[in-house]
Formats: sequence, C-alpha cells, structure tokens
Amino acid sequence: MPAITLIEYNGASHTIEAASGKSLMQNALENGVPGIDADCGGACACGTCHCFVEARWLPASGEADAMEEAMLGMRPDRTGQSRLSCQIEVTEELDGMVVRLPEYQM
Amino acid sequence: MNVAEKLPDALTMPLADIDVSDPRLYEQDAWRPYFARLRREEPVHFRADSPFGPFWSITRFDDIVAVDSDHGSFSSEPTIVIGDIPDDLPVEMFIAMDPPKHDLQRRAAQPVVAPQNLAAMEGLIRTRVEDILDGLSPGEPFDWVEKVSVNLTTQMLATLFDFPFEDRAKLTYWSDLAAGTPEMAGGDVTQEEQLTGMTECLQTFTQLWHERKGREGGFDLISLLQRDPNTADIVERPMEFLGNLMLLIVGGNDTTRNSATGGVLALNQNPAEYDKLRADPGLIPGMVSEIIRWQTPLAHMRRTATRDLEFRGKQIRKGDKVVMWYVSGNRDETAIERPEEFIIDRKNPRHHISFGFGIHRCMGNRLAEMQLRILWEEIMRRFHMVEVVGEPERVRSNFVRGYKTLPVRLHPL
Ligand code: HEM
Ligand code: FES
Repeated sequence: MPAITLIEYNGASHTIEAASGKSLMQNALENGVPGIDADCGGACACGTCHCFVEARWLPASGEADAMEEAMLGMRPDRTGQSRLSCQIEVTEELDGMVVRLPEYQM
Repeated sequence: MNVAEKLPDALTMPLADIDVSDPRLYEQDAWRPYFARLRREEPVHFRADSPFGPFWSITRFDDIVAVDSDHGSFSSEPTIVIGDIPDDLPVEMFIAMDPPKHDLQRRAAQPVVAPQNLAAMEGLIRTRVEDILDGLSPGEPFDWVEKVSVNLTTQMLATLFDFPFEDRAKLTYWSDLAAGTPEMAGGDVTQEEQLTGMTECLQTFTQLWHERKGREGGFDLISLLQRDPNTADIVERPMEFLGNLMLLIVGGNDTTRNSATGGVLALNQNPAEYDKLRADPGLIPGMVSEIIRWQTPLAHMRRTATRDLEFRGKQIRKGDKVVMWYVSGNRDETAIERPEEFIIDRKNPRHHISFGFGIHRCMGNRLAEMQLRILWEEIMRRFHMVEVVGEPERVRSNFVRGYKTLPVRLHPL
C-alpha cells in the first residue's frame, strides 16, 4: 500500500496507507484527513477537493484532463501544482508522494 | 393567500401533459408528486408545449450533474432561466456565458467571495445579525421574511458592495425586479417596471464606480472589479457591468433570504430536529447545508443544446431548451438517503445540488453558508424557539423558490 502524506494548510501532516485503485480524495476522506470537502463525490464537478502536488510527484500523479482543467481554472488559489484529488488515482508508483492542502475549498 | 387554482392530478394525468414549468406548482408547494413521477417513469422528459415553449426536463441527481458538467454540449447562452430574456435589456452575465468569456469574468469577480475575504467580513456580519435579532419583540407575532430575512440579506449586500447603507432597500428592489417577469419565470413584474429599475440600478452603480475610482485598498466588489485588469474598464460596457451587478445582487439576495426563512419553516415542521439542535448547536454548519438542500432556493437552471445528441436514450436537438430541475435532484432517492426528510445531522450534508455543479457552480456558496451559520448561531443564543404561527405565502415562480411572508412568534430562552 503506497504511503501518501497530506499536509494541511496549518502544517498538520497526515501520512496514510492509501489503497491503490481508489482516488486520492477517497483515500483522504476514508482516513479522516480534514481539508477536503468533495461536495460532488468525485464527479470532477465541484472543485472542492483541490490540492497541491509536490513538484517532483506531478508526472507520476498523471495529467489533468480538459474537464479538470476547466474546474481548476475557477480556483482563485490555483498554481502549477494544482490538481483535483478526486482525479488522481492512487497507484504503487505514488508511494512516498507529498500533497499540500489549500487554505480553503470553495 | 388567493384561493388555490386547481392543478391536474400528478399520478393519473398523461405523462406528456406534465408541465413542471407551471409557476403555480411552486406557489402552492404542490411540485413533489409531479417530479416523483417523472423521476420514476420518465426522468428525461419532454414537454412539447408551455408558456415558455417546448423544453426538456432533467430530474435525476446524476443526470443533472452530467448535464451541468458538459458545458460543451449544453450552453448557458443566451440565458439560464426557462423563459426568454427581454430584447430591450440585453444584460450580459457570466452565469449566462460559455468559456472562454465566462472563465475570465468569473475569475475577476471570484476573489471577493473567497473564504479569506469572508473571514475578514465575519465580524461585521455578526454585528449586523445581532442588531437585527435584538431589535425584535418577543411575544407578538410578526413577519419573519420582512423583519429578518430581507433585512439581513439586504444588509449583507450593502456590505459586499460597500453601498450607501441608508439606500440599501434599493438593492432588494432591483433584485426582485431582475427575474420577476412572467416571460422569464412566471412572476408578475412588468417589463416596463423592470426596464426602469434596471436603468436606475445602472446609473447608481456607474456613479458609485466613478466616486470610488482611485480609492485604495477596498475589498468591496466594486473596488475589486476596478483593480482587476480584465474588468478595470467594465464600466465602459454598461450591459456587462449591469449584468455582473445583477448577478451578484440576485445571486446573493433571494437565495440566502429564502434559506433564512426556509430553515425556520423546516425546523417547525420537524420538532425532533429542533430538539437535536437545542441539545447541540455544534450541528449548525451541517444543518445549514441541509437547509439549503431542503429549500433548494433556485428550482432550476436551463441550458440550450449546442448540437443534436442522444441523452439517456432521448433524442435532443440542437437549440432545444434543457432544464435541470435542482428541486427534483435534491429529492432523488437514488442519490440522497431519505430525501424527503429534513435531517440536520446528515453524514454528508454538502452532497446536494442546490449550488449546481461544473464551471458555473455557485460562486457565493461559502458566503451563503457563512451568513446562515451566523444567523443560526445568534438565534440559538437568544431564542428557545422561533415558532411559526401561520401558513407561509410562497412566491409564484418556477425559478426562485421562496416566501413572501412567514408569520412567527419568538420564545426567548
Ligand atoms: C443559498 C444560497 C445560494 C444558492 C442556493 C445559489 C445557487 C446558485 C446556483 C444554482 C448557481 C448556478 C449553478 C450552475 O449553473 O451549475 C449559482 C451561480 C452563481 N451564484 Fe449562487 N447561490 C446562492 C448564493 C449566492 C451568493 C450569496 C452569491 C453572492 C456572491 C452567489 C453568486 C453566484 C454567482 C456569481 C453565480 C454564477 C457562477 C458562474 O456562472 O460561474 N450565489 N448559484
Ligand atoms: S470531489 Fe468534486 S471535483 Fe473532486
């Protein structure tokens, strides 16, 4: 099981044993990590599962498709590391990945 | 209330005759069985004839998310209400635009309602809520809509725009005009009245804009629009300027106002939930989301098909009106557990469709939630119960789901 570290905006760090095949969003929620709302339940339609993937993990985390791109475009705090965590599928390759959570979801 | 006009029987009438655009369904709070039948028997339904022309209805939660997410096939232009917009008032709002223009304009306006800004406003909002609640007299019945809901949301709007406080009633008046004509959503505002009001609104804000120009550091909406390079000259494009203003006025007004009323009604209809709330005011944030789901302040958003396409086995043609009925999606038993019930401690309370989904998802959602949270926190500090003592009077519209009056009596702690 890949270990993934999520760091809240206030610095609190959570390392979870993530389940492969599920999204990062689902894994975070199932492990009780705060800071992700996921209002749409993973349909890539709300943008409230926003996270920042540490640069060196970006390639392994996959690429945002057109719909995710459109949703990310609405985030005022978007950066080059922005992803929607419901669109990142956890794989063994992500073992050790570090992801930061934004100040707020909206 | 007027003597209710008789509506056809939802269960026995021919499916094709069901017309959920009939504003009386909402005025009489009679919509539930019609949508329940559509969700069951024909979730993507075509109505060939209505005062708003032919239209498709999307009634299930998942189908609404699918349509709302597919802005390429389902356009928000020229408008997002079931009816048509008046020709003499071609206002441009980004809620009724497709990318890329939509994205540019939304990005410019969005920071004003980002949670950081909201946190800065929380203190002021709480003070205003406290003043409103402390000014009420316990014991005597009064109209909650007028004294609290309208008063509160009008003050919020004035705060957002840094609008002259003594003139704030104008904001509410313009908001009521904006979507109130029979052509747009079945209301009773005349087009002439609307045109006069909108012209006044534009003039007032244009003047405010010029007065504010050069003033530094403001976090009100006008200052933010002035600072963003994409909108710094929006005042030169009056219909776009007016459109953005109306969007923020209507978006932030009717919806929050009717949630502030709906919550009182819902708790009165569900006394066990009111007890839960008294026992644990920590439930307020989740309850606020449940109120917004239960109320569904906007009954629908409309799209227009950009091409011929098949959707859930139905042949939709280019140019067809496609109406997403949020009011129905929020009652969809396949997406939400016990959807007819008002339950303030749901596991996943934000999983509702009242704010829409996709790129047009409500920009003010966190602001609305914050206002309602503060309202309930302050209500619970003061009153054992806000008791409903008569029937509410509802708005005649298939778009804005709201109340004209709700008689209540306060029981202090
Ligand atoms: C409970 C209160 C509210 C409800 C139920 C609500 C509902 C909605 C809905 C259904 C949409 C369209 C979503 C879609 O097409 O997918 C929307 C869009 C919008 N709302 Fe709200 N709203 C509320 C409060 C507010 C507030 C307080 C503001 C003030 C800032 C606001 C501003 C907007 C704006 C600007 C849009 C257009 C977004 C876009 O097209 O990108 N809303 N809202
Ligand atoms: S959960 Fe809604 S976009 Fe990811």
